[in-house]
Amino acid sequence: MELLDFARGPALQFAIAVFVLGTVWRLVGVLLLPSSRDMSPAREGAPASWLGGLRTVAGRMWPRKEFVQSTLVLTLGSYVFHIGLAVVVFGLAPHILFIRKLTGLHWPGLPSNLVLGVGVVTLAALCLVLARRITHPVMRLLTHLGDYLSWVLTALPVVTGLLATMHLGGRYETLYALHVLSICALLIWFPFGKLMHAFWFAFSRGATGARFSHRGVNV
Amino acid sequence: MSDPRTLADVLRERGVSRRAFMQYASVMTSLLALPPSAAAAMAEGLAKARRQAVIWLSFQECTGCTESFTRTLNPSLEDLIFDFISLDYHHTLQSVSGEAAEEARRQSMRDNKGKYIVVVDGSVPMGAGGVYSMIAGHTNAAMLAETVADAAAVVAVGTCAAYGGLPMAQPNPTGAVAISDLVKDKPLVNIPGCPPMPQAMAGTLTHLLSFGSLPALDEQHRPKAFFGESIHDRCYRRPFYERGLFAKSFDDEGARQGWCLYELGCKGPVTYNACASLKWNGGVSFPIQSGHGCIGCSEAGFWDRGGLYQPLSAGTLSLRKVIPIAAVGGVVLGAASSALARQRQSRQPAAKE
Repeated sequence: MELLDFARGPALQFAIAVFVLGTVWRLVGVLLLPSSRDMSPAREGAPASWLGGLRTVAGRMWPRKEFVQSTLVLTLGSYVFHIGLAVVVFGLAPHILFIRKLTGLHWPGLPSNLVLGVGVVTLAALCLVLARRITHPVMRLLTHLGDYLSWVLTALPVVTGLLATMHLGGRYETLYALHVLSICALLIWFPFGKLMHAFWFAFSRGATGARFSHRGVNV
Repeated sequence: MSDPRTLADVLRERGVSRRAFMQYASVMTSLLALPPSAAAAMAEGLAKARRQAVIWLSFQECTGCTESFTRTLNPSLEDLIFDFISLDYHHTLQSVSGEAAEEARRQSMRDNKGKYIVVVDGSVPMGAGGVYSMIAGHTNAAMLAETVADAAAVVAVGTCAAYGGLPMAQPNPTGAVAISDLVKDKPLVNIPGCPPMPQAMAGTLTHLLSFGSLPALDEQHRPKAFFGESIHDRCYRRPFYERGLFAKSFDDEGARQGWCLYELGCKGPVTYNACASLKWNGGVSFPIQSGHGCIGCSEAGFWDRGGLYQPLSAGTLSLRKVIPIAAVGGVVLGAASSALARQRQSRQPAAKE
């Protein structure tokens, strides 16, 4: 069995199984935990819990005015690589075909060269946020090995995808196999590291928003 | 058996001009990716070449490779090269049969010991003692071993000989193997394809005749000149791939506009062959030009690499059962861990007391 056959066959099957099992496990495990009830009365004019939660989910998409200046590079860098990743993952025709095989869903793809350009920008943004994380003393202190692993496993599919598209550093089928294997590694790690924030961000922000929107007094 | 005439003599007898001969040498030099200066050396070597003894063994195959070489539309100098070789044994083309045919093979082996070339098409069955394919009472494996023992070189023609091909497709009922699995101590050239391109065969023979050596080969023993680039690299539909324009079915507007066939399962990006540049039927067309994606027939195991119409980016194994099982497993594990957490929580006040 050649590397590409292994990557497209057993490796991908195993990685998707781990991804589904791990993600469902974590989601169900946390969502079934008993929620602590808010015993205090809601403040006057407080919105419904769900509305408070939704507002926070949306409101935290951008830093508060006081922090915009100091976090501008990080915010922009994060936005660029998140949007870039979405464009690359959901815009490239071969990726759409992969998703179609899995789910049956499909949509028109973007020009390959455009996605290639977005991929380069995404990688640059990923490097930027990593550089800031390494150079900022507080962020460096807060970052552990698992976070660096999450970065590596996010960046690897982008790097290998770019190399495969540009036919750089090896034969296409080898680079393509490495690309698929890097995605497999990402899928396997996804449920067990901070990459789960792709699911958690809505729940954690929503829970915080629902609680805080009822507390305190109107000012 | 031994013919004193050189290739130049034969060509002269057939009325081929020196100009046409030089043209052929130039084209072949170019096809083999040799420097332009090699054209004169090739012409000189070819002109002096004497008939090369070739023994052609056909094992588990469909005769498509032979058809490919013999059914060209227009007689060409390449045909002359094939005519020029002394094909001393070939099931389909030889007039004799039975013991007389086998004796012709052995006679050629004796007369040209250490100099003859063995061309093999088809894979070799090794299951059940090799009885799935027998010739003159001998298994293919035994005939191959006997014939290659004194050969100068072995040329595995077609995907079946080069990689095992269709006979080796899962579940491989005959235990088929490629020639490279059995021939370890002879110079070996693989010319895969189903069928292989006649130019690759002619190029290899021409190189052998003119320079007395094999052309430059890659790690899979394929002539680099013909298998150095992928179909995708040379495909005239490549610009549509770059622009994200794909035919969605074989008769939609995209297909009529000649858009890329990637979504219809084209394996061009991972298939190495010269179809897109040399084309078939005298340079008329090739599968992609005719509206069908490349099926990757010149690659090892192409039959078992997912469906022919399945896009390259899709996985090859079914996930229909795996995903639901994994999801159910996740729900069970999640519910169990949450129940464990609840239990732990309910014990906490008692512990404080």
